Amino acid sequence: MTAPNHSWRNFKNAFMQTLACVCAILVVAPLLLVFYHLIKEGFTSINWAFFTELPKPVGEVGGGMGNAIVGTFVLLAQAAVIGVPVGVLGGVFLSEYGGTKLNWWIRFAADILNGVPSITWGIVVYALLVVPMHGFSALAGGVVLGMMMIPLVMRTTEEVLQLVPGGYREAALALGIAKWKTIVQIVIRTALKGIVTGVLLALARVAGETAPLLFTALGNEHWTHKLTEPISAMPLQIFAYAISPYDDWHRQAWAGALVLLLLVLSINIGVRFLTRDRFQQKA
Amino acid sequence: MSEAAKNQKTPGLQPPGWQFGDRAFKWLTLVMALAVFALIALIGYELFRGSHLALQKFGWRFLVSSDWDPVNDVYGALPFIFGTVVSSAIALLIAVPISIATAVYLTELAPLWLRQPLTMFIELLAAVPSVILGLWGIFVMVPFLRDHFFPLLQKYLGFLPLFKGPIYGVSMMAGGIIVAIMIIPIITSVSREILRSVPGLQREAAYALGATRWEVTRIAVLSYAKKGLFGAVILGLGRALGETMAVTMVIGNTPQIVKSLFAPGYTLASVIANEFNEATGSLYPSALFEIGLVLLGVTVLVNIFAQMLLKTFAGPSVKPQH
Amino acid sequence: MVTDPNNSAAALTVRGLSVFFGERAAVKNVSIDITAKAVTAIIGPSGCGKSTFLRAINRMHELNPDARMEGEIKLFGDDIYSRTVESVTVRRRIGMVFQKSNPFPTMSIFENVTVGLRLNGVRDRKILAERTEQSLRMAALWDEVKDRMNAPAISLSGGQQQRLCIARALAVQPEVLLMDEPASALDPLATAKIEDLIVSLKKDYTIVIVTHNMQQAARASDFTAFFYLGELVEFGPTTKIFTSPAQKRTEDYVTGRFG
Repeated sequence: MTAPNHSWRNFKNAFMQTLACVCAILVVAPLLLVFYHLIKEGFTSINWAFFTELPKPVGEVGGGMGNAIVGTFVLLAQAAVIGVPVGVLGGVFLSEYGGTKLNWWIRFAADILNGVPSITWGIVVYALLVVPMHGFSALAGGVVLGMMMIPLVMRTTEEVLQLVPGGYREAALALGIAKWKTIVQIVIRTALKGIVTGVLLALARVAGETAPLLFTALGNEHWTHKLTEPISAMPLQIFAYAISPYDDWHRQAWAGALVLLLLVLSINIGVRFLTRDRFQQKA
Repeated sequence: MSEAAKNQKTPGLQPPGWQFGDRAFKWLTLVMALAVFALIALIGYELFRGSHLALQKFGWRFLVSSDWDPVNDVYGALPFIFGTVVSSAIALLIAVPISIATAVYLTELAPLWLRQPLTMFIELLAAVPSVILGLWGIFVMVPFLRDHFFPLLQKYLGFLPLFKGPIYGVSMMAGGIIVAIMIIPIITSVSREILRSVPGLQREAAYALGATRWEVTRIAVLSYAKKGLFGAVILGLGRALGETMAVTMVIGNTPQIVKSLFAPGYTLASVIANEFNEATGSLYPSALFEIGLVLLGVTVLVNIFAQMLLKTFAGPSVKPQH
Repeated sequence: MVTDPNNSAAALTVRGLSVFFGERAAVKNVSIDITAKAVTAIIGPSGCGKSTFLRAINRMHELNPDARMEGEIKLFGDDIYSRTVESVTVRRRIGMVFQKSNPFPTMSIFENVTVGLRLNGVRDRKILAERTEQSLRMAALWDEVKDRMNAPAISLSGGQQQRLCIARALAVQPEVLLMDEPASALDPLATAKIEDLIVSLKKDYTIVIVTHNMQQAARASDFTAFFYLGELVEFGPTTKIFTSPAQKRTEDYVTGRFG
């Protein structure tokens, strides 16, 4: 505790703390800036026409992203059909059954899949579906997003199920209830909120993906009537407009980005409120 | 009541011994879980099948040749490997100090009322789609860099070859910065979890020795958590390597290997994104598949490494998935 | 040597029961007759194997993959470990109440009581309602909850939740009720209620209760078994065990010299 050292240490202390605070601000700044620009550039373009109309041909002003918005939901619906059953049931297996060795490998595989770049998923499904079907399709887009959801949902489901106390399983089994009914009616039912949260977050995640759709859904200037046709989606449209040379399309890109970001963020924020309830109840 | 020993008096009570339900359910969930292996096999199969031609034609030279010439059907991946490596390196250089400092701020220094909201805000950042950040990148960030930041850098640091050369705005550096913005949230979140798991005893011991807050953080927390933090960084790297859309929109998409950070570049992911749909013939797509294979290989290895680090440090409490 | 001399109405006959976890034997070669429609208490210091023994009776130890048993247990003459009998069957006839009350949190009081019946196929509402009232009355909880049957089960107090779990177990009309330290997590008032409940239940059910509270065993049970280090040391009428035990170890335990 030598006096001369003290003020240098104190200075370093204050300096580092300030630095850390500055870094926190730097982290937060981009999102705020992005939001600011999205609203500034895109807000005025959001009107009824934006949500319902098709894009106008190059050069003409106006039109909307109606087909892209619908397209995103069509793709998400397909993704859910694939991702939810496989992911949830797979997560059930990991949590409730199985030997430890097999489970370790399954978890390992799921973690690897979660690290596969989304563009890689795109070219894989291109080879799998687009080539044999001789064309891009909404189906291929839905499939690639669904496949991406599977490892995500599997891991979150497993984690949530593990949180259910063992006492409930024991009590149910001691009543002479069959194991599968115990799992479905007691365990899953108890963990349902958490499972739904995991599914919603996974959906929000794939809703914003562009790269895999570049080679599967491709995009469409018109309404899509069959799943075997290419389909538009918000991220695709935003990307196409952004890299185009037309100002009007740039304007619409901002608007589309604002809508997409609001969609993704509202799901993310929404689920946090869902899970907040749980903490209050357990008290 | 105990006379009901063998016959249940309750109408409708299913006789026990109905094992079918248990077996069927177990098999159903098992098959679903095995889907992960099927998916990995699918990815491997399609990538190898797709890149077969290029693998045969170019072999190892593919990785070291910088000739990317679709017109003459000659392909070499070096510019993209270079681009991916450099942009990721820049991203890490920017993101790591900021992320770890922020994680420290969140766990040690921020006022208590601020911690939860700020953490949640950063987690929301991670949810911003890449294309939206790319959009902002093209129209806001790149002009700013081109008109203000880069000239400034060139003025003061222009003696370094890194900062020489014409300024377009779209550049390797822009790519690195935008990837940094994308990976900061995840490195921060994971680092925060790791720092939180450092036992309080460590901090208390340091405080008891009369250390200042910063010293406590440095001695008791950061060095204890070194391995885990390293894992968080590698995780961020894995994410950086695969980043596609935002990078494609600001990096300039020119396959070249030059010293200047202001020059446009090209990454493995970007070339696939830009050229896949235009690739004619059979060797061109095959070369792109091979690039996909290289990208996958590198990303998977980096991710496995990250997870090993995270698991040996923090145990199952840290979730390395995003 | 340690079987009930009154062999008249043995609900459970246990012969040579040993339970192993891996290499370690938690229960060693226990033989005992549990009298029907009576309360049998199992006492002993921690780690003596009494809970393991209890859980072997309704095959709950099978939930642990390392567990293995040897020996024989018969329920009213039926071998519960025979190859043709499934654990689900056994558990319908032998119910269990756990140390920590665990009513299912997503279900109401009514749903909790009837869950054992509903998940096994019973749909008739009249029967469910009747059985619910019956079980809740037997569990001395009916008056307290009859007006809020649809309230969440977790809105009840700790003691009420435990009685709810008892009602839940009784609703499937088991022949034997196993209780693993049912009152250890409860306050004295709630504990007293549970003990009164046990005494009133014995006219209809065979009850086996594990307890580390000797006074509880003395108050509520007809027969007592003393376990030590996995072995059954002594078994007999409760009054005899507590006033004139035959084994020195038993005497040391009940007089508080160890444990």
